[in-house]
Amino acid sequence: MSLLEIRKLSAYYEDFQALFDINLHADQGETIAIIGSNGAGKSTFLQSIAGVVPVAKECILFNGKPIGGMNAWDVVSGGIALVPEGRRLFSSLTVEENLQMGAYRAAKGDWTLEKIYELFPRLQERRTQAASTLSGGEQQMVAIGRALMSNPKLLMCDELSLGLAPIIISQIYATLAKVKERGTTMLIVEQDIRQALAISDRFYCFRAGRVSLDGLPREVSQDQISRAYFGV
Amino acid sequence: MNVVLDTIIQGILLGALYGLFAAGLSLVFGIMRLINVAHGDFIVLAAFLALLIQQVLHITSPFAALAVLIPLMFIMGYILQRVILNPTLGKSILRPVLVTFGLSVIIQNGLLEGFSADSQKLQAGQFAVQSIPLSHGLAVGLFPLTTLIVCVAVIALLQWVMYHTKLGRAFRATSDDQVTASLMGVNWRNLFSIATGITMATVAIAGVFMGIRTGFGPSAGPDQLIFSFEAVIIGGLGSLWGTLIGGILLGVAQSIGARISTDSMLLAGHLAFLVVLMVRPNGLFPRRGD
Amino acid sequence: MSSEVLKNVVVRRSTKVSRVFTVILVPVLLVLLSAPHWGSRGTISLMVEFFCYLAISQMWNLLAGFAGVVSLGQHAFIGLGGYMLFLLTIVFGIHPLLALVLAGIICAIVSLPVAGLVFRLQGAYLAIGTWVIAEIFRLAFFKVSILGGGSGISLPVEIADSIDIPPLGRDGVLYLAALILCILANFGAYAMLCSRGGLGVKAIRDNEGAARSCGIDNVRMKLIVYVASALGTGLVGALIYLNEFYIAPTAAFDINWTSYMIFIVVIGGIGTLEGPIVGTIVFFVLREYLSSLGSWYLIILGALAIAIMLKMPEGIWGALGMRFDIHVFPTRRRLVLDKGGESDVHPHGGAGEVTA
Repeated sequence: MSLLEIRKLSAYYEDFQALFDINLHADQGETIAIIGSNGAGKSTFLQSIAGVVPVAKECILFNGKPIGGMNAWDVVSGGIALVPEGRRLFSSLTVEENLQMGAYRAAKGDWTLEKIYELFPRLQERRTQAASTLSGGEQQMVAIGRALMSNPKLLMCDELSLGLAPIIISQIYATLAKVKERGTTMLIVEQDIRQALAISDRFYCFRAGRVSLDGLPREVSQDQISRAYFGV
Repeated sequence: MNVVLDTIIQGILLGALYGLFAAGLSLVFGIMRLINVAHGDFIVLAAFLALLIQQVLHITSPFAALAVLIPLMFIMGYILQRVILNPTLGKSILRPVLVTFGLSVIIQNGLLEGFSADSQKLQAGQFAVQSIPLSHGLAVGLFPLTTLIVCVAVIALLQWVMYHTKLGRAFRATSDDQVTASLMGVNWRNLFSIATGITMATVAIAGVFMGIRTGFGPSAGPDQLIFSFEAVIIGGLGSLWGTLIGGILLGVAQSIGARISTDSMLLAGHLAFLVVLMVRPNGLFPRRGD
Repeated sequence: MSSEVLKNVVVRRSTKVSRVFTVILVPVLLVLLSAPHWGSRGTISLMVEFFCYLAISQMWNLLAGFAGVVSLGQHAFIGLGGYMLFLLTIVFGIHPLLALVLAGIICAIVSLPVAGLVFRLQGAYLAIGTWVIAEIFRLAFFKVSILGGGSGISLPVEIADSIDIPPLGRDGVLYLAALILCILANFGAYAMLCSRGGLGVKAIRDNEGAARSCGIDNVRMKLIVYVASALGTGLVGALIYLNEFYIAPTAAFDINWTSYMIFIVVIGGIGTLEGPIVGTIVFFVLREYLSSLGSWYLIILGALAIAIMLKMPEGIWGALGMRFDIHVFPTRRRLVLDKGGESDVHPHGGAGEVTA
């Protein structure tokens, strides 16, 4: 049985339908990449799982339990954490306070403040600085660390590479690989296809709110991906 | 010179109470952008409830009544927020303002029904009139001094909660970004209710001190609201210590006005408020980035 | 849509109901105008009150429901209007009816610096700010001894008599003045909202940022509405106290004026022109039955306003109007396909209407 099972998920963003009958699954320990262009519905998808966008109850099964439409604060205490698009750090809190907020409803687990600082040594230097004074890459580290602080069974990352320099993106994905090694299941939404496919076990491609292609990264051609991505 | 010093001291002692009035208003606004137009009426309600508690439980000291009043008003605030105010939150200020305005009308008239229009006072006996002599023939009332100490202590406590506790972190995070805070596990429905509960607890203290200091009647609420509001505007939106200083400045202005003539007291305060509004609309110590 | 279809699109505003209403309006107005002939003293008095409450409620509604400015201090202009009337007639010897108009104009002028101060605040703080201003007015008039200070002042008999114009008499004159003010308030608000300025105001209410990006000067629009509202409220305030023949600060600047305005608009339907009319009717009906309850009356009003704000925020008319899509005072413009024109292209759907 999969850790996460999505069945015929439809979601609406105000009056507009963003997702149409999505089927997807993620097994324990897997890293799933979700790629697609802007407006394909990838963020809405993660937000539906996180409890920010309301959906039907039976569409999302986590550990066998239906959690669709659950309040966001209950979803995170159930073991699913989201690194939101655009980082969304708490601007009037320090780096350390942002990380501590991640542990607000933490499950029992290995991730502590010290472990996060081991993973991201730069953050330890800046622990008392206001989060808004950090560079883009450092902010992304805080956002990831914050999500990890809740000791999630499923970590969801929304567009980590947005607005970051390639060298920083590589560093972040290298760190993510370490998280993967510890056995955390991950859903990674990306526009940067190369990094996402490199780290993932399986991938799904979204286009206009539907799954246009899925499979193993090494088994599909560049051409197939382009077609699924752009629809030409 | 003595007169000047005395006026200022009286103003500071008065203003500390205004600072406490305003702290509750400031706290809730900072966290959920909500203004409770009935805030002043809750302060008056607290004073009346203290009176009631004293009568029912046969307690002679209004301070002792606080032991019952504070938890009572915390619960009242929690339920108020959870049941009535949470549903009004949203983009438009129309609903929260009009609902709390309705509450103001209800409280004032409810108190009128329950207690009659007579002016009441909480009796603190000798404590209320004792004074401590200072040098140069100046004296400071023991009660006003205690008021100052208590007000500063309460605000310091609130600051401590905001910046050194998990709850305070959650308050600040939710104020920054409510949606992301919910991703961290913050149930805003519960959190906001706790915030209003805490505010009502401060209102309980403020009400008792007000009730000992002056007479109060069912329609005294709006005056207290206006003092709270002016303290917040003078001090600056979003800063608790700024609110205290704003209250003190208001108190000093009123004190100066009272020296000039008894019916100029309130107008002098309003004038100070207007001047700050014209010159520094964000107050003297606004929160950075607001 | 091709340009063929666009050529035949017109902007319409009237609805079937509004056209019916316009027809009924004339006889209704005639009846109202002739009331001094057939009405008893009590009835006339009640109707004067009704017109006054309706007028000030429309003004508050214009400000809050359409321009998005919530004021808790409109009673400042009721008191100021009243006091200006007394000042102009008693001290300057101006005829009361002229003084009434001037009092309104003075309120409009005073509202400019008031807005200059109060508009520095946002949202709920603005609301309380307006309340503070009203308080300041109240305290200020306590100190004006030529107008009686704290104990107030009566209108001298000669001045009262100067409006005793035959054949209407004093009551008749006051009644007509109230009726005219009420009509002006209602149709003035309507005209304002139908104008291009009105469309701008509604845009601001709906989305300030978007309105600004369309080039609408938010502050200027809000200011115009604020001044208009002050004018209307001031005129009615002057009339109310002309009717009372006595004014004192605490009653003239009583917050209850604002409480009633708010109650009427909230119950009736905020943001609609029909709402205050419905609200005033409900208010008077409730007052008829409940005023004997003293403070309980206000408690019930308050509770009712809260309940409506929580459960049915669009008010009675809002709920009905939405349900049955009735617009007696249509302010919304629709794009309608002019059926008279020729077109090869058929639009999707039926009448092809788009509303704004």
